[in-house]
Amino acid sequence: MSKNVNIHVHHVTRVEGHGNIVVNVNNGTIEKCEWQVPEAPRFFEAMVRGRHFTEVARITSRICGICSVGHTLASVKATEDALGIQISEQSHKLRTILKHAENFDSHVVHVLFLAAPDLFGVKSVFPLVPTHEPVVRTALRLKRFGHEWGSVLAGRTTHPTKVVPGGFSDLPTTKELQVLRKRFVDEVVPDFKVALEVLTSVAHKFPKFERPTEYMALHNTQEYGVYGGDQVQTIMPDGTKETYRVADYKSITNEYVSPLSTAKYCRNKMQSYMAGALARFNNHYDQLHPEAKALATALGLKPLCSNPYLNSVAQVVEIAHSVHESLRLIDEILDGGGVKDEPLVKPTRFAEGSAAVEVPRGILFHSYAYDKNGMCVNGNCIIPTNQNHANIQYDFEKLLPEMLAADKSQDDIRLAMEMLVRGYDPCISCSTHVLNVEFKQ
Amino acid sequence: MSTKKKVKVASFDFASCEGCQIELTNMGEHIFMGLLDHIEFVEFREAMTETATEIDVALVEGSFTREADRARLEDIRRRSKIVIAMGACAVSGGINALKNHQSDYKQAVYGKDAGMPHLDSHDARPIATVIKVDYVLPGCPMNKDELVKVVSDLVHGKEPLIPNYPVCVECKLRETVCRYHLGEHCMGLVARAGCGAPCPAHGIPCEACRGFVDHPNTEALAMVLVEKGHLPKQRAETLSRMFTANARSDK
Repeated sequence: MSKNVNIHVHHVTRVEGHGNIVVNVNNGTIEKCEWQVPEAPRFFEAMVRGRHFTEVARITSRICGICSVGHTLASVKATEDALGIQISEQSHKLRTILKHAENFDSHVVHVLFLAAPDLFGVKSVFPLVPTHEPVVRTALRLKRFGHEWGSVLAGRTTHPTKVVPGGFSDLPTTKELQVLRKRFVDEVVPDFKVALEVLTSVAHKFPKFERPTEYMALHNTQEYGVYGGDQVQTIMPDGTKETYRVADYKSITNEYVSPLSTAKYCRNKMQSYMAGALARFNNHYDQLHPEAKALATALGLKPLCSNPYLNSVAQVVEIAHSVHESLRLIDEILDGGGVKDEPLVKPTRFAEGSAAVEVPRGILFHSYAYDKNGMCVNGNCIIPTNQNHANIQYDFEKLLPEMLAADKSQDDIRLAMEMLVRGYDPCISCSTHVLNVEFKQ
Repeated sequence: MSTKKKVKVASFDFASCEGCQIELTNMGEHIFMGLLDHIEFVEFREAMTETATEIDVALVEGSFTREADRARLEDIRRRSKIVIAMGACAVSGGINALKNHQSDYKQAVYGKDAGMPHLDSHDARPIATVIKVDYVLPGCPMNKDELVKVVSDLVHGKEPLIPNYPVCVECKLRETVCRYHLGEHCMGLVARAGCGAPCPAHGIPCEACRGFVDHPNTEALAMVLVEKGHLPKQRAETLSRMFTANARSDK
């Protein structure tokens, strides 16, 4: 086969969301096949130095507006580890409900607003307004609900106000949780059913592609890891699982600079690993809520799944899990007599600490050291988007030859590569930068 | 649905967290669909592939932190009738400006890789240092209700107005107990209002994410932070800057 393919996707921008796809195939020979992430750096780890421990999470939440709840939670959890703070069981439950709110919220945006247009063959959600208005309205309602759900716990979802080291600066009221619970049942469950019907009708359009890899997720013996837990679990292609301590995050993530790209890559046992909904699903399927398991079966998703495109389907399964798990946790709080007023837990020491939480697109590590006055000496954040770069690159290297061998057109190849990147949900702006494609002729 | 010609709106981002753009998606069904009766999005990288050559209102999020972004900002200005700086990063440099007070930030974060070309970055500046900005939507994140109001004003030919009184006014309006009464610190006394003062009501200090009112007395602020807020002197004078690093006399 003699074929020329030239794909160059380039878009300039800032933090997390800056991705290029560059493909050059000359007379059937692959000369270049790269996923590049030249980020505009913002230097958060430097900016937290010299800041008081009460301020650090409000700085690092600004790393990402899409998962600022996750950054806030990872940050306060790491600070609490460093400061010897044990939060109450109630705080732990409320933060878990909050983490579910963010994962729900972000997954709704990704699946319904960003991934779905591909499946409908349109360029964005806007052309669907006249043709599928009821569904678009349903999607907007679900998105808004995710925002309101998170706001009940965090004050607001873009840069939370109420989550602080030691607990919550302001607790939700029992009444607010009761209203939230009622809205889950009355609004979210039926709306999600509508969205699900539409997604099910187009789910077969996800490309078929397999590449076994290592999957990494936060581990917790009590529940499907999202907020709680201080262990990390990986699952290998042969199904063997291994656990590590979050405190050893540096030796699990092994950040390194690749000659292929200016972005930092990560690896553990294999040449790359994947983080995100599919990684959580593959590691912790057994811990999913029964409703989520039933949905996975209905959508044909089962562990161990090695098709990265189906990360979006795993997100749909997680939407159901987050809804039902949160209902269960809310009921536990309400059955226990409602929300109890609690003071913030005070620091017992000033030292180093680390923590991880599962943000929508994977495991997020934060780590800090504090001096005797509670001022931050240094910080370190390892974001899931970076952890997935190497895995995307190796997916590309398998996908491109397969598509060339199947004699696919340049347009088909470009779309498949964009959809692959988008499947990882690397960051909303990242996904959409990739949407802008330039061909170099 | 109105048959009137819709206002062409576009959204762009520079060094930022994209949180202001995410706020656009948080408006919900009724406000968002209502907005779509009057405006149409012609370019919005977070949500769509389409691009536009003519833009009525450009919403620009993020700070100017590298020369490479100058041409893109100028191109946005050329295509747009009105440019609105959206959010603290674009309006004042926002949280990004915290690094403006450090000289070793590249080494601290990237170590031996600090010299790599893609890590090129200068101090964080408002976009108004590069292009003419017609209106601002301050805050971190910007206030989405204020965005709707500004767009509504523009659609109706009214000059948008951003408050020039301190956050204290809004705390009084919502009957939040003053943090200084509780022995806690706060910057609301010189911070620009318009957010509805959520932070003190939620038990955390105002950190002036919307910047200061015109002609703030920052010396008096430092004094109050020490005497009433019980902050150590150094923290009161320099480390209280959070979102106002570019606006402080101590920079």
